[in-house]
Amino acid sequence: MEQAERRLPALTRLRRGESLPIVLNRRRIYVLPTLFGLVFGGMLLVMALGALNYNNNPALLLTSLIAAIAVLSMLVGFRNLDGLALRSVRAVPVHAGEPMQVELTFDAASRWRESLRIEARPAATLLRGRSDEALKARIEVATTRRGYLALPRIRVWTSWPYGLFRCWSWLNPQTQLLVFARAEAQAPPLPLRTRASDSGRPQAQGEEFGALREYRVNDPLRLIAWKASARHDRLLVREPEMPLGHELVLDFDGLGALDLETRVSRLTRWVLMAEESRLRYSLHLPQVQIGPDLGSAHAYRCLRELALL
Amino acid sequence: MRLNLHQFNLLNLAVLLVLTTHFGHLPLWMDAAGLAIVGARWLQRRYRPQWGATPVWIRLPLTLGLPVAVIAQYGTLLGLEPGSVLAIGMLILKLSESEKVRDARAALTFAGFVLMAALLFERNLINAAHVALAVVPLFVCMRALEPRPTDAVGGGPDLWHSTRSTVLGLTAAIPLTLVVFVFMPRLAQPLWGAPSNEEARTGVSDTMAPGQFAELMVDDSPAFRVQFASGQPPLPAQRYWRGLVLNRFDGLTWTRTESASARLEDGDLKLLSAPIEYELTLEPTQQRWLFPLDVPTRAPERFARNADLTLVGFRPLSAVQRFSLSSVLEYRLEGLTPMRRQAALNMPYGFNPRLQELGAQWRQQYGGDAQRIVQAALKLYHDEFSYTLTPPVLGRDGMDDFLFETRAGYCEHFSSSFANLMRAAGVPARVVVGYQGGYWNADGSYLLIRQSDAHAWNEVWLDGRWQRIDPTAAVRPERVALGSRAANSGETRWYRAQWLLDLRNRWDLANQMWNEVIVQFDTLRQQGLLRNFGVERANWNQLALAFGIASSILMLLGLYWALRRERQQSDTLDQAYHHLCRRLAAAGVARAAQEGPISYLRRVCQHLPQAAAELEGLFADYVRLRYALPEPDAAGSREFSRAVRRFKPAGNHS
Repeated sequence: MEQAERRLPALTRLRRGESLPIVLNRRRIYVLPTLFGLVFGGMLLVMALGALNYNNNPALLLTSLIAAIAVLSMLVGFRNLDGLALRSVRAVPVHAGEPMQVELTFDAASRWRESLRIEARPAATLLRGRSDEALKARIEVATTRRGYLALPRIRVWTSWPYGLFRCWSWLNPQTQLLVFARAEAQAPPLPLRTRASDSGRPQAQGEEFGALREYRVNDPLRLIAWKASARHDRLLVREPEMPLGHELVLDFDGLGALDLETRVSRLTRWVLMAEESRLRYSLHLPQVQIGPDLGSAHAYRCLRELALL
Repeated sequence: MRLNLHQFNLLNLAVLLVLTTHFGHLPLWMDAAGLAIVGARWLQRRYRPQWGATPVWIRLPLTLGLPVAVIAQYGTLLGLEPGSVLAIGMLILKLSESEKVRDARAALTFAGFVLMAALLFERNLINAAHVALAVVPLFVCMRALEPRPTDAVGGGPDLWHSTRSTVLGLTAAIPLTLVVFVFMPRLAQPLWGAPSNEEARTGVSDTMAPGQFAELMVDDSPAFRVQFASGQPPLPAQRYWRGLVLNRFDGLTWTRTESASARLEDGDLKLLSAPIEYELTLEPTQQRWLFPLDVPTRAPERFARNADLTLVGFRPLSAVQRFSLSSVLEYRLEGLTPMRRQAALNMPYGFNPRLQELGAQWRQQYGGDAQRIVQAALKLYHDEFSYTLTPPVLGRDGMDDFLFETRAGYCEHFSSSFANLMRAAGVPARVVVGYQGGYWNADGSYLLIRQSDAHAWNEVWLDGRWQRIDPTAAVRPERVALGSRAANSGETRWYRAQWLLDLRNRWDLANQMWNEVIVQFDTLRQQGLLRNFGVERANWNQLALAFGIASSILMLLGLYWALRRERQQSDTLDQAYHHLCRRLAAAGVARAAQEGPISYLRRVCQHLPQAAAELEGLFADYVRLRYALPEPDAAGSREFSRAVRRFKPAGNHS
């Protein structure tokens, strides 16, 4: 198979990605008998020989009937794929090294689809039905590096209805599945520092706090809101307001001693840590400066820039 | 992949049905063992699935025991019957070890072969229907073997759908099946083995002894069918189907003599009436002779017409075959050479002394007047004898016992004793075996002769020619006038009741059509297929071309079906929105192709200020449904669609 693919790229669509939606049609659906189909065909030959030898017409009729059913099942299998369209490919970004759950949504073109197999080596899944909900394939793709993920070629195939013929088609969708950089495992603490230009002392902690949240391990005891906790029967902690004048700057150039990947990796970790402890931060990269800000949209922008750096 | 319970149950059902198609000819132990193993395996898989496949220490002895048992039963492993027992056994053993999808597929493939083998034994319609029924679970099971997204076992409506699709697929395959069947080249010579003689019916054989017909007389299976060129059958009393003429009696049994196969001399036969043309379709008899109506005027190909006017062929008739024959009912058959005369008077020495005595007494009494001797004998039968299908057992001097003691019997007894009496009285006589009567099927306009119509009568040399004398008719005239059923009416069992027989006659019509269209299809008819296209006797090239054209047409139809796309139906929301746009266009504001809903709305509101409020609501709904969520929610879409239908652009006058 692999060799055939190299020899005949047109046959397997080993080529640049196509834009969505990809509709399967007769020009890209291939049909070949399976091993079972070949064995079954051999048995049909033996049956025909036996029937002819005994000059037995009913037996010959039976053989012809089974053969005709088998041949027509090829068309049924083809119809099972024909018109099927890959409409969208979606995934939630993950960090390099983590498996990515890719969701492929197929459009059944108002025809009941039976026993469709979606394969992106080594992942494989099965679909059946007519609705979009039923035709959502979730496959797991391993990620190794940051940036846009090259989705492996996807094979859609079916041996419906009798397993005698295999109909398949290759899908190579043009996708933008983002993989964030790997977050450094043992990163140093956040580089908190006071800006010289800022005057005034930090506002007293505990006087103004934005909100209460659940207690987490390692929270300083003095942050616990004892009265509120007593009211709600569980430990609540005051969210510390970011002291004014303390601004967290995650600077790419500040890590000059390290190589590129380590820097990206550490910055990624720091973004996560800053989000975790809800500290406003800004990210300074060679080309862009983001922030200061806080929140998932901001984090996404930062992580994205880091991934594509 | 391990079979789930649903898949296994279907496999089990498929194998069970295949087994039942073989029930008719399998030895009893195989029927029982097959059912037991299939049943036990089913119970095990249902209640103790964790045991898995049947262990080797059970399977191995069974696998080894199977050929041994077959040899013990048949003495060989080769041949149709032993082969089929072996195949069924192997299929069932495969079922007992089937745990995986692979096993199931192997079993199903093999089951197809075993099904075909069932048809080698019985090719009648009912068996064919049985086999066709057994094909369905085969394919339903194959469908079930295809994987499903969830582990949910598909039973109930799913099984129903699957069965329905399978039957539909089977129906759709029929045209292609017929094309393949019709054009498949037939073998001139079998590649191996001779056609079996195991499906022989107990038809009329070339020997006759009183009591031999007993089984035949209650066998209602068809012997042959006749269609007349004139469309009308002869009168019932004229329907004598002559099989063989038996000349020699050894005290127990009548047999043919060699001289019987002498050719007919010119001038021995004079035809006195117009010949009747007819087609006779004979069920396989594994014998070599035909049953023409009375006296045939010619012999069909590969048959010889003997001096006694029987048609004997060179090969046993192992398949249903059709013969075109012609016969006369009025004729004069002569040619009694001294040797033949001697043969027609010969009697075994030391048998039936009382019969000999009576014959000698008649010879003296009537002074050799054959006519009066025959009359005396027939009067004796008429007055003193009775007709029954369950006659008493006869002893060594069977004819004596019959004539003077029991005096009850049927055609064999009458014809045998009558011929003996004639010979004892010095009148040349012989026995003819064949069939008498037949049921006229008006719907199909053919005459059906059953095995139970088997009959034996006599021919006596009277006035210088052979004449037919039927002593049975003297005892029970209904036998000849109305057929065997009327003669046996006193002893009719419930299962031979009239309404049942009517039903069976209808059924026989279907069977006859099956035989005619499918079973008897052969190379000759294949060559005649293209007659409508002006090709009288098609050769292989022409047939191959015709096959190519016919199958291409069918495959094109199939491809058309496969490539046809359903009309893409857009979702409810878009349909409703387009509907709205069309109505607004009718009101004078057509949407430009590149226009989005919000800018369109702005334009529409300028033109139709009186409907602005309603339109704003509608467009807001559309925008929310279309763009707020990845998929519009279904209830909201329907509500929107209803709102669009309620909406009236009141500004028609603008």
